[in-house]
Amino acid sequence: MVAAKPLHEGLFSWPTEIPNLIGSQCLDCGEYAFPKQNSCRACSGQNMTSADLGNAGNLWTWTVQSFMPKTPYHTHETQETFTPYGVGYIEMACGLKVESRLRENSPELLKIGMPMKLEIITVRTDDEGSDLLTFQFCAAEEQS
Amino acid sequence: MDVAIIGLGMHPFGRSPSMSGLEQGAAAARAALKDAGTDFKRMEFAFGGSQDSGNADSLVNLLGLTGLQFTNVANGCATGGSSLNAAYSAIKSGQYDIGLVVGFDKHDRGAFNPKPSDWGLDDWYGETGLMLTTQYFGMKIQRYMYDHNISKSTLIRVAEKAFRNGSLTPTAWRQTALSWEEIENAPMVSEPLNKYMFCSPAEGGCALVVCRADIAHKFHTQPIYLKTAVVRSRNYGSFEVFSPSQPPKVADSPTVTASQTAFELAGIGPEDIDVAQLQDTEVGAEIMHMAENGFCEHGEQEKWLADGVTEITGRLPVNTDGGCLANGEPVGASGLRQVHEVCTQLRGDGGARQVANDPKVGYTHVYGAPGISGVNILAR
Ligand SMILES: [Zn+2]
Repeated sequence: MVAAKPLHEGLFSWPTEIPNLIGSQCLDCGEYAFPKQNSCRACSGQNMTSADLGNAGNLWTWTVQSFMPKTPYHTHETQETFTPYGVGYIEMACGLKVESRLRENSPELLKIGMPMKLEIITVRTDDEGSDLLTFQFCAAEEQS
Repeated sequence: MDVAIIGLGMHPFGRSPSMSGLEQGAAAARAALKDAGTDFKRMEFAFGGSQDSGNADSLVNLLGLTGLQFTNVANGCATGGSSLNAAYSAIKSGQYDIGLVVGFDKHDRGAFNPKPSDWGLDDWYGETGLMLTTQYFGMKIQRYMYDHNISKSTLIRVAEKAFRNGSLTPTAWRQTALSWEEIENAPMVSEPLNKYMFCSPAEGGCALVVCRADIAHKFHTQPIYLKTAVVRSRNYGSFEVFSPSQPPKVADSPTVTASQTAFELAGIGPEDIDVAQLQDTEVGAEIMHMAENGFCEHGEQEKWLADGVTEITGRLPVNTDGGCLANGEPVGASGLRQVHEVCTQLRGDGGARQVANDPKVGYTHVYGAPGISGVNILAR
């Protein structure tokens, strides 16, 4: 058993009990970005610092990915085993909207404004058998 | 120096299995030159674009090695808009008298599959399933419907109109009108947009001959004047495709800035437009672009579509040839098809789809990833 690791370093804090998304903030104009950037999209400044974006927010918009994407999508799924997934933007506490996969994958379960929380999921395993991880969001409260 | 369009040429959009994309571009160019009563030797410059069918300037191998300045343009879906804009400047500046604008493409079936690295993104974004334009379109109209009270009926009405107009257009790819039920019950692609609400990648070519307005009548009895051609890219805060995050405040889209500038330069307003082409990569785009181009208020589209304002018989006919929805999208040619159609309408040559309001001023709007808009205002 090899330890699980992020598919891409630096998107969320890992390993840790409660992972948070990691972005950047511009020290010149205060704007946030995700993923971390070396220069600011708002003011062109290069005075950036790492920023903890937290692990909760509200659903700003959403859709459902109902068919299996072509490459560059890369999981161990096949056309037969593919499970549709939600995609949305989550409005974080700082106001930044982060695009994410959503656990909820049917229109009945998704509503603009609903509270969402971060979770870590396995995308696939690498050649050594390690789980490769990414983030997604799911409903913060059980749907009734 | 004012600018006129004197030649219109098209190789029909859809599927042409026996022809390469380049050959379809050459066919369109020959048709445009013929329409203008001139030939390729007379062209002093050309601007051309193709996303998947090679370098546009390879066209000289088919049209003739005449030594002209030929510039390749690559601006995604806005390639046609950018090419025409460049030609407009070339003539406006006095540098050239006459030239060719051409676009063509031949794409594989199904959705485009873009590479994250081409868009300044890391591989995780694509590998985890976020690199799909269809998702963006679904999410954008989803939020717009929530903010402005647009119903699913309005989405269906736009698709219905597109295929009805396509059925009246001999060069359209989709020439079969679809019923409300067929559209409503089509397989879902990306909530709330289903199969008939998206345009598909296709094939085709389109070309225009442009020249100094003062010599236009030597070539064509009905020159169409290009009053203004404006291209703008996105500002910080515009909600665009392939964005892992978006700033808190949503800014005006590049369509708003391009449109406002175009109207200002032309010295007219949206109320002066008689016929329009608005980028309809999917039905949501046409709805949002009605307001972003200044033709109605946000939310008013619900009533406009219900009242038939944008039908061929309406006050402001939009996408009279069925737009991208019925013609498909050969990326390099698509923006020029819009201009081709509006010029056809202004000449009164629209046949079964000719608008009835005796149009004098037309408008085209193209929009492409990652946030580029091109607006042209045309008049006879
Ligand atoms: Zn800044």
